[in-house]
Amino acid sequence: MSSATLTAAAVANAARRGNPLGRRLLIAGAWLVFLLFLVLPLLVVLSQALKLGFGTFFAAIFEPDAIAALKLTLIAVGISVPLNLVFGVAAAWCVSKYEFPGKSVLITLIDLPFSVSPVIAGLIYVLMFGSQGWFGPWLSDHDIQIVFAVPGIVLATLFVTFPFVARELIPLMQEQGTQEEEAARLLGANGWQMFWHVTLPNIKWGLIYGVVLCTARAMGEFGAVSVVSGHIRGLTNTLPLHVEILYNEYNHVAAFSVASLLLVMALVILLLKQWSENRLSRLRHSDAEE
Amino acid sequence: MTIRRFALAALASTLIAGPALAEQTLLNVSYDPTRELYVEFNQAFTKYWKEQGNEPVTIQQSHGGSGKQARAVIDGLRADVVTLALAGDIDELHSLGKLIPEDWQSRLPDSSTPYTSTIVFLVRKGNPKNIKDWDDLVREDVSVITPNPKTSGGARWNFLAAWAYAEQQYGSEEKAKEFVEKLYKNVPVLDTGARGSTITFVNNKIGDVLLAWENEAFLALKEEGGDNLEIVAPSLSILAEPPVTVVDKNVERKGTRKLAEAYLNYLYSPEGQRIAAKNFYRPRDKSVAAEFSEQFPDLKLVTIDEHFGGWKVAQPKFFGDGGVFDQIYQAH
Amino acid sequence: MSRRTSPVIPGFGLTLGYTLVYLSLLVLIPLAAMFIHAAQLTWEQFWNIISAPRVLAALKLSFGTALAAALLNGLIGTLLAWVLVRYSFPGRKIIEAMIDLPFALPTAVAGIALTALYAPNGPIGQLAGMIGLKIAYTPLGITLALTFVTLPFVVRTLQPVLADIPKEVEEAAACLGAKPLQVFRYVLLPALLPAWLTGFALAFARGVGEYGSVIFIAGNMPMKTEILPLLIMVKLDQYDYHGATAIGVLMLVVAFVLLLLINLLQRRISTAST
Repeated sequence: MSSATLTAAAVANAARRGNPLGRRLLIAGAWLVFLLFLVLPLLVVLSQALKLGFGTFFAAIFEPDAIAALKLTLIAVGISVPLNLVFGVAAAWCVSKYEFPGKSVLITLIDLPFSVSPVIAGLIYVLMFGSQGWFGPWLSDHDIQIVFAVPGIVLATLFVTFPFVARELIPLMQEQGTQEEEAARLLGANGWQMFWHVTLPNIKWGLIYGVVLCTARAMGEFGAVSVVSGHIRGLTNTLPLHVEILYNEYNHVAAFSVASLLLVMALVILLLKQWSENRLSRLRHSDAEE
Repeated sequence: MTIRRFALAALASTLIAGPALAEQTLLNVSYDPTRELYVEFNQAFTKYWKEQGNEPVTIQQSHGGSGKQARAVIDGLRADVVTLALAGDIDELHSLGKLIPEDWQSRLPDSSTPYTSTIVFLVRKGNPKNIKDWDDLVREDVSVITPNPKTSGGARWNFLAAWAYAEQQYGSEEKAKEFVEKLYKNVPVLDTGARGSTITFVNNKIGDVLLAWENEAFLALKEEGGDNLEIVAPSLSILAEPPVTVVDKNVERKGTRKLAEAYLNYLYSPEGQRIAAKNFYRPRDKSVAAEFSEQFPDLKLVTIDEHFGGWKVAQPKFFGDGGVFDQIYQAH
Repeated sequence: MSRRTSPVIPGFGLTLGYTLVYLSLLVLIPLAAMFIHAAQLTWEQFWNIISAPRVLAALKLSFGTALAAALLNGLIGTLLAWVLVRYSFPGRKIIEAMIDLPFALPTAVAGIALTALYAPNGPIGQLAGMIGLKIAYTPLGITLALTFVTLPFVVRTLQPVLADIPKEVEEAAACLGAKPLQVFRYVLLPALLPAWLTGFALAFARGVGEYGSVIFIAGNMPMKTEILPLLIMVKLDQYDYHGATAIGVLMLVVAFVLLLLINLLQRRISTAST
C-alpha cells in the first residue's frame, strides 16, 4: 500500500469521525467524569475498608451479625427479583403490543415507585400493616407480623425495585413492534412458542439489564427498608442497615468493609452482565452471517 | 399466580423466622448511644439468668433515634422492654399505643430511671477556642455541633440545658430564647441523631464544640484515644434521665413478663449499676456511685420536672409544631 | 383510539390482568392507604401543613437540587453516551462496565463515601475549600450526591438509541452540505430527544425522593439543607402521621403529574417522528 493511499484513508477516516481535536476533548471529558464521579467514591470505600489490613476486613465480614444480614439481603433479593421479573415482562407485553385507553396512566403508575421516596415506600406499609394501620388489629389477633419482620422488608424491597424490569422492556418492545410475533403466529406457533422463540430472544438484552438493576437496587436499598426493619441486629438488619449500624458504632473500618462486600457483589453482577452482553452480541453477529 | 407467589413468600419468611422463636428471646428497643452499654449488660444478664436456674435466653437489641424507636414500638415492633432517651417518648407508648399503663414511671425506683447522664461539651485537644461555658457557644467565631431536637432525644436535653442556663443567667424567657437562637445560628450541621453528630464532629472534624451526652463524650474520648479531644463541663447543665419500662401488651402476648421484669431489675443491681458506670452512665446506687466518683465531674444540674414542669409541658412548648424551636428556625 | 396491532397476538387479557392485580396489591392500595390517611385532614389543615415555611423551603430544595442534578446528568450523560457509542479508545470497556456503579452501590454507602470525599477535610473538600467553596452540608453537596446516584439514567437510555442511528444518515446529511450543528439539530436531536427526556425524567424523579445518600451529606438544617423525605421522617418521628402523609401526598401528586406529562410528551414526539 502506498503512503498516498494510507493518507487518503486516514483523511477519510478523520472526516468520518469528525474533528479529531473535538473527539479527543470529548474522550478526555468522559474520562474525567468517570474518574471524578465513579472511581473516586469507590476508592474511598476500599481504602477505608483496608486501612487496618485484611485481618480486620475479613473479621468484619465473617462476624455473625454480618452473615445474618447477608442472608436476609439475599432472601429479599431472591424473592423480589423473580416476582418483579415476571411482572415486568407481563406489563411490558400489554403496554407495548396493544393500544388501549388509559395506557399513559398505566405506564406512569408503573413508573411511580421510582419517584416515590423510599421513606414513603416504608411509610405506606406501616400504615397498612402496622399496629395502628388498616390490617393492624387483624394481624395482631392472628399473631402475624409483617412490618418489623422479614415480610415487611421483602415488601419494601419489592416496592422500590418494582419498575426496573418493566421500564427497561417497554421502550425496547415498543421499538420492535409486533411484526415478528405476527409472523410467528401466522406460521402456526402458539402463544408460548411465540413468546419463547421470538419475543424472548429479542428482549434478552433489556431483560438482563433490568434484572441487573433490580438486583443491585434490591441489595442496596436503605431508606424504605430502614422504616420497616425495626433494626433488630442479627434478625431484621439487611447489609446496608448493618453498614449504617457499624458506622454509628465508631466502627468505621468494619462499616466500609461490609460496604466493600456489597460493592464486590455489585461488581460481580456488573461483570456477569457485561459477559452476557458480549455473548449476545456475538450470537447476533453469527445469526446475521448465516 | 400472584396469590401463589405471595404464599411462597410468606412461607419462606416463616421458615426463616421459625428457628428464632424456639428459644425464649427478649427484645430491648433502645436509643442511639446505649449500644455499647447493652452489649455488655446483655452478656452479664444472660449469664445471671442462667445461673438463677432458668432456660437460656437470647437478647436482641435495636437502636435508633429515641422518638423513632418509640414510634416503631407503637407501630408494632414487638419490644419486651424499651430503654429510651426521655420519658416523653415512653409516654407516647401509653397515649398513642395503649401498650403500657399511664403510671408506668412509678413502677420502678427512681422514676424508672436506673442511670442518668448530663450534657457536656466536647472540644478539640488544648481547647483552641477557649470554650469554658455556655456563653462561649454564642460567640461569633465558634461553631457548635448538636443534633436536631425534632428527631433526637439527646438534642432535646442539649436544647433545654442551654435554655436553663440562659434563663438563670439572664433572667427571662425572652432572653433565653434570644440566647438559644444565637446558639443555633452557630450550628452548621444538624444531624438526625446523637451518633450522627458525634461522627460529624469527631470523624469529619466539623465544628469547634460538640454538645453531647456525657456518656457519649466519654465514649468518643475512649474510642479516639484522647489525643485530639477533651471534655469541658459547663457551670450548669441538666440531669438527663433516660427511663426504662416493660411493654405490657407485648410481654403478655409473648409470655415474657417475668423475664422482662428481671431484666430491668438487674439494671438496678450492683452489677448492673457497675456496668452502667463503666459505660459512663451515672449510676443511681450510692455505693457504686462512690466507686466511680472520680470519673464524673460534680456539676450543678437542673431537672426536667422542677425546671420545666416535666416532658408533658416541655415537649409541645419547645419541640412541637410551631414551638420555640420552629420559631427560632423560621426567624432566620 | 384505534387498536394499532392486529388481534393475532395473544395474551392481552392475561398480561393486563396480571399487571393490574400486581400493581394494585403492591403499589396502588398501599399508596391509597396514605391518601386515605391524609384525607382525614380538612383542606385547610392540609394547606396549613404544606404551606408552612419549613415545608416550602424543603420543597424548593428537593425539587431544585433534583432538577439541577438531572440537568447536569443531561449534559454529562449525553457526553458519556456519545463517547461510549461513537469512539473507541483505551479504557472504553471499563467505563462502559462501570457506568452502573451508582445503582449498585447502596445509597447509604454512597452517602458515607461522598461525605468523606466532599467534607471540608476530605480530598475534594480541601481543594474546594482553597478557593472558598463549601460542598458538603450545602445544596451543592446535595446536588452532587444526587448526580452520582442518578448518573446512569441518561447514559443508559441514550446509548441504545444512539447506537441505532446509522452513521450513514449523518454522513449523508453531511454530504448534502449540512454543517455539524445542522446535522445535530435536524438528524440527531429529534431521534435522541425521547430517550433523553426519559433519562432526564427518571433521574429527576429518583432525585426528588432520594434519601439514603443525601442525609449524610446534607447537614439537615431546617430551612436550608433539609430535604422533603427527611421532613417526612422527622414528622413521623414526632408521631405526626398526618403531617407526614400530607407531605407524602404532595410529593406523590407532583411527581405523578410530572411523570405523566413527560410520558405524554414522549409519546407525542415518538408518534410525530414515525
